[in-house]
Amino acid sequence: MFENALRGSKGYWAWIILLLLVLGAGFANYLRQWVFGLGITGMSRDVSWGLYIGQFTFLVGVAASAVMLVLPYYLHDYKVFGKITILGEFVAIAAVTMCLSFIIVDLGRPDRAFNVLLYPSPNSVLFWDMIVLNGYLFLNLLVGWTVLGCEQRGAPPPKWIKPFIYLSIPWAISIHTVTAFLYAGLPGRGFWLTAIMAPRFLGSAFASGPSLLILLSFLLRRTTTFDPGREAIQALAKIVTYAMVVSCFFVACELFTVYYSQVPEHVSHFTYLFSGLHGKSGMVPLWWGVIIMGLLATILLIIPQTRNSDTILPIACALAFASLWIEKGIQLVVVGFIPNPMETVTQYAPTLPEMSITLGVWALGALILTLLYKVAVAVREQEPAGMSH
Amino acid sequence: MDKTRRDFLKIAGLSALGLGAKPAADAFAQSAQGPKIAPIPEALKAKRWAMVVNLKKFKESGPDALQACVDACHTIHNVPKFDNPKDEVKWIWTESLAHALPNEEHHFLEEFVKEQMKGLPILVLCNHCDNPPCVRVCPTQATFRRLDGVVMMDYHRCIGCRYCMAGCPFGARSLNWRDPRPFIKTKLNREYPTRTRGVVEKCNFCDERLAKGLKPACVEACKNKEIIFGDLEDPKSEVRELLRANFAVRRKPQLGTQPQVYYIV
Ligand code: SF4
Repeated sequence: MFENALRGSKGYWAWIILLLLVLGAGFANYLRQWVFGLGITGMSRDVSWGLYIGQFTFLVGVAASAVMLVLPYYLHDYKVFGKITILGEFVAIAAVTMCLSFIIVDLGRPDRAFNVLLYPSPNSVLFWDMIVLNGYLFLNLLVGWTVLGCEQRGAPPPKWIKPFIYLSIPWAISIHTVTAFLYAGLPGRGFWLTAIMAPRFLGSAFASGPSLLILLSFLLRRTTTFDPGREAIQALAKIVTYAMVVSCFFVACELFTVYYSQVPEHVSHFTYLFSGLHGKSGMVPLWWGVIIMGLLATILLIIPQTRNSDTILPIACALAFASLWIEKGIQLVVVGFIPNPMETVTQYAPTLPEMSITLGVWALGALILTLLYKVAVAVREQEPAGMSH
Repeated sequence: MDKTRRDFLKIAGLSALGLGAKPAADAFAQSAQGPKIAPIPEALKAKRWAMVVNLKKFKESGPDALQACVDACHTIHNVPKFDNPKDEVKWIWTESLAHALPNEEHHFLEEFVKEQMKGLPILVLCNHCDNPPCVRVCPTQATFRRLDGVVMMDYHRCIGCRYCMAGCPFGARSLNWRDPRPFIKTKLNREYPTRTRGVVEKCNFCDERLAKGLKPACVEACKNKEIIFGDLEDPKSEVRELLRANFAVRRKPQLGTQPQVYYIV
């Protein structure tokens, strides 16, 4: 099956080479970080997690969102998702791989990463996160590859795979819940100390993942002969719509509790976001960008005419994705540290090497996704006539 | 090959296979009754180490006494000094009263600090909490709590994930963002290990000095009993007496971490 990834057009190879270049640059910068230490990044004693952990958090959500396809298709036999489900599973594989890579590049002593296994510590949420993420990667590899292999032979998926498919549904919820618990259980960080963290994580994940998938579907439709079907895209668009509305609602709940109670440890972080704190306002423009893009996307998605339009839907999805990427991929983590436990403000901005390493990991994810999609599309193109999955 | 040598090899091979497991089995057997630690006769022992910082005394002694504590600690523990604040590593330092105790802040606190504390800041350090969140979150047990209450760091096990830094509500922990050794500006103390880049460090209540029967360096640096160190479980200890006679506060007690550094205001 994999040989399909090694045959492709000029454009395909140009894309692969571009990704390899970005990946190479990231790797070169990672070697610099390996030698110099994490001081090469913009992180500091006060803001001790930054872009890496932010991207990790965001991508766990993208990975978890595959469940939005698996669940209707396998549990409710929703045939419309027949062609697109595998695309969601492959996004999950690429996203989890990126998550694990972001954890590794964030470690101060990556050479000791295996200490997490050598000294298992069930009291640490990070320990559980490692278990659920690796388990999820395994499940998606197993399910995706097996189902696609059967499809190539024109056979239905074997019976034994079903339990794994069903298991992957609660497992997807677990990866994002556990990731939210990384934050929501820390006593001294008012920004994160909220019971709605895990629901909020899931809400935004089910918006960002499927909107990425819609964008990818449009891209595939344009660049290959593969078409997941208009109906599938529209069904996904409805999922994104509900998820965006729910996300907005969850954020509103958070804002109500924070601003009506006016407990300073909780308010100060949002003050920093909305208008700046102690004269420092580095995050203010981005935060307003998040709000405006998010609301605009939600409105465009709610109105049926714009949601049904093949030109406006991708725009709405891109807006939703960008808004959630900034909110979860940068601000959620960084602003938890601003202000610091002494209520003073140290700001954070990533450095160039840090950004290059981050891009490198994204390139790795894109590379994995490209290869997997190439295989999937090729299998679909060779599909025996009349056979629909 | 002569016989003795063959026999030797046989025995060596056997022990590598089977007998080699003996010490490991012993180790497990031991841990069932609790680890056996060679007793250090000269060590200071306590059921619960705690510290009382007497702000009244610091007011009498002035800013030099504060600095003396910081210097004593940072010198003895080879704490690096970076020019870029981003890379900062510190174990004990000073904060204004309002920053150290943000929950006690009010509009007129500055006046109090000026009138009653000569405008002095206060010392802050790891609180060696009874219920430490840093220990709870660490995925490798590189940070752990000793039975006598000292929250310790294993620099050789830490993977530098910084979860403990996110977990600590007091900002007591520092990562070595880069190799600290070139930045040790004080005379190198060969009795205490230097650290590598990528590991977390913090105040250790001078466990290495306690083992030798010495009080922590900052306590020793106090000429006027500004900081008192002792066993909280011992009703006759000096720390207990101070807490009986004075009203003392702790940093962020509402978080339930049970800090064991007390401040007499
Ligand atoms: S940085 Fe080190 S001590 Fe802190 S949580 Fe991670 S492994 Fe534990």
